[in-house]
Amino acid sequence: MTPILRLDDVHLRRGAREILRGVSFEIPRGELVAVMGPSGSGKTTILRAIAGLEAFQAGRVAIDDVLLAAGDADAATLRRLRRKIGVVFQFHCLFEHVSALENVWLAPVHAHGVRRDEAQRRAHELLKAFGVDHRAAALPRELSGGEAQRVAIARALAVDPPVLLMDEPTAALDPERRAELGALLRDLVGQGRTLLIVTHDEDFASTFATRLLRLSDGRLS
Amino acid sequence: MLVLGALADAASGQQGAPFRWAGDAEGGAPFVEADPSHPDTVVGFDVDIANLLARGLGRVPRFIEIRFDSIDQSIGRGDAEIGLSGIEDTPARRAALSPTIPYYVFREVLAVRTADAGRFRTLADLRGRKVATLGNTIAHDILLRGQRDSGIQVVPYEDDLHPYSDLVIGRVDAVLLDHVLAERRQRFVAGFTIQPATVAVGHYVGLLASTRAALRDACNDILRAAMRDGSLERIFRKWGVWNDDQPKLYAQLLAGETVAPVVVNGGTAINDTNPEAPGGTATLSRWAAVRLYLPSLLRASIITIVLSCASMALAVAIGILIATGNVYGGRVLRLALTAYVELIRGTPILLQLFVLYYGIAAAIRLPAFAAALLGLALNYAAYESEIYRAALEAVSTGQLEAARTLGFSERQVLTLIRGPQAFRLALAPMTNDFVALLKDSSLVSVLTVMELTKQTQIFATNLGSWVVPGALCAALYLAMSLPVSAVARRLERRWKAPTA
Repeated sequence: MTPILRLDDVHLRRGAREILRGVSFEIPRGELVAVMGPSGSGKTTILRAIAGLEAFQAGRVAIDDVLLAAGDADAATLRRLRRKIGVVFQFHCLFEHVSALENVWLAPVHAHGVRRDEAQRRAHELLKAFGVDHRAAALPRELSGGEAQRVAIARALAVDPPVLLMDEPTAALDPERRAELGALLRDLVGQGRTLLIVTHDEDFASTFATRLLRLSDGRLS
Repeated sequence: MLVLGALADAASGQQGAPFRWAGDAEGGAPFVEADPSHPDTVVGFDVDIANLLARGLGRVPRFIEIRFDSIDQSIGRGDAEIGLSGIEDTPARRAALSPTIPYYVFREVLAVRTADAGRFRTLADLRGRKVATLGNTIAHDILLRGQRDSGIQVVPYEDDLHPYSDLVIGRVDAVLLDHVLAERRQRFVAGFTIQPATVAVGHYVGLLASTRAALRDACNDILRAAMRDGSLERIFRKWGVWNDDQPKLYAQLLAGETVAPVVVNGGTAINDTNPEAPGGTATLSRWAAVRLYLPSLLRASIITIVLSCASMALAVAIGILIATGNVYGGRVLRLALTAYVELIRGTPILLQLFVLYYGIAAAIRLPAFAAALLGLALNYAAYESEIYRAALEAVSTGQLEAARTLGFSERQVLTLIRGPQAFRLALAPMTNDFVALLKDSSLVSVLTVMELTKQTQIFATNLGSWVVPGALCAALYLAMSLPVSAVARRLERRWKAPTA
C-alpha cells in the first residue's frame, strides 16, 4: 500500500542551528502516528515543514500525489498541498474576530469555492459531531480550551483533507477531556483519515497511537 | 515739551518703567520690520512713532512682538501699553479699546492684473469674481458688504504678500488693501496694476486699553505736537509714504474736528465695520450676538466637517496603502515609505500646507480647498499608516499561519483575517486622530479657507471679545467631535461584547 505521507531525508536549518538532521518516515493511510520527543527536539518543526509553513534546505516531502521539494515552494504547489492537509495548532489559533461557526466555514467558501449555505450546513454538522454546535455563535475568546480545540479540529476538517496534523493536542486538557479527544481521534482514523500528532504526552500516545516515532536532536531514533 | 513730559509722567505714573509697545515685525516695512543689518532690532515708521511717544513720555521704548491679529486682545489684556503696527481705526476698536487720534490717513485701493486693468476698474466690475484681502481689516469688511450687495467672492489671507502673488498667477482677480501695502508689494511683485480710484479712506491709530485713558490723552498730545512741529511729516517722508492727504488730516485734528474712522468712496462714513450688524456689534447683547453670528459659524462648521471627513477618508486610504506596503513590501519600498512617514511626522503641518499651496504654485496651482484637503490627508496618512502597521503586526502569526494552511491566498489572509482584526485594533487611535484632525483643520485658514476657527477669530475681533465667539466655537467643535467618539465607543463595545 502506498503511504499517504512520506518524508525523505529532510534537513531544516534556522540560521546556524540545524533543527532537522535528515528525517525520513512514511505513514500509510488510516494510521494515527505520534511523534514523541523532548522539548526542542524538532517535533513541531516537522509539522511546519509538512504544512509548507517553513522551507527546508534538503530532502523532500510527499503527501498523496503532491511533492514538496527543498527551498521555497511555489504558490500552486502550496495550494494543492493544503487541500491534502489540515492543521490543528497547539494554541488553536482560531480567527478572533469571527464566531466559532464562521471559523469553520470561512476557508471552504473563500479558499475552496464551496457555496456559502452548503459550507455553513457542513460547518454545523462538524460542530455537532464534535459536541460544540451549541457554541456556534460564540467568539473564540468565549470558548473554553476544550471547546476551542474541537472548533479548531472542525475548521481543519471542513475542507475534508485526508491528513490531519496536530501539535500538542493534549497540552491544555484535563484527563477526562484527553480521553474524549483520544476517542474522537480514533473515530477520525476509523473514517479513513491519517493523523500525525506531535506530543510529549507518553500516556496519550501509547494509548491511542497506532505507531510511535521518537525524535531527539533532529533525528528519529 | 517739558510741560508735556510732566503731563505724561503724571498720566502714566510709570516714570522710569520702559514704554512697552506691541507690533508685528512680520508685517514688515514700512510699518515694523526686523532691521536687515541688525535683525534683533526693528525699524519702520511705527517704530519711529513709538520712539517719538516714548521720548515725549520721558520713557525708554521696549518693543514686544505680537502677531498682528492678536494685537487687540493683547492690548486688552495689558501685555503692552500701546499697539502700533498699521492698526486701522474702526468703530469696533473705538468701542472695545481706546485708540489714539489717527496719525496717518490711507486709501483702500484695488489692485488687478495689468491685463485686466481695463475691465476691472471698481468693485462693481468684479461681480462673481474672487477678491483677496487681509482678514480682519476694513478692506475685508468692505468686501463682505460687496459680497452681500454685488456677489463678490471674498478670499481672506493672513498676510499681505500672498494676495498679490496669487493675483498675478490667477488664483484671485483683484486685491483690495490700503495703498501703503499695495505700493510696497508693487515694488517686489510684477504683473499687477493699482487702480487710481479710492474705494475708501481709513486711518492708522495707536491702540490702548480703555483703562489707559490718561496715557492715551498724553499720547494724543504728543501726536498733535508732532503734527504741528513737522516730526510726523519727517518720519513719513523718511519711509516714503508722505502724501498730500496727511496735512489735511492734521489740520482737521489740530482744529479739534472729529474724524470718522472709515469713509467709503462717495463720502459715506461707515460707523460699524460689521456688514451684518447695522447697529454696531460692540453694543449688542450677548444673545443678540449669538443670533447674529451663529449662521456664519454654522456655515464655517460645515466647511470644517466636510474638510475633516474628506481628508480623514483620504488619509485612511493612503495610510492603509502605506502600512500594507510597509508590512508586505520589499526593502526599497519599505525604505521609501519610512522616509515619507518620517518626513511628514518630522516637519510642521503648517509648513507642509504652505509648500503645497504656495511653494509649488508655479508648477501645480491647487485650489485652496483642494490644497487644504490634500495637505491634511497627506499629513494624517503618515500617522494613520503607523497605527495600521502596528495593528497589522499585532495580529498573531499563529492565526496567519492557520489561515495559510487552510488554503487562503496572501491577499485573502490580509482582507479576511488580518485586516478586519487590525481595523478593530486601530479604531480607538483612529478616532483619536479624527478628533485631532477636526481641530487641526483650523490650520488651513492660512490657505484662505474660511473654517470655524477663522470665522470665530473674525467675530471676536469685530466684537472686541472672545467670550461669546469662543464659547460658540468650542460648542460647535464639541458637537462635531463627541458623536464621533460615541460611535467609536459603541463599535468597540460591540466588538468586545459576548455574542453567545
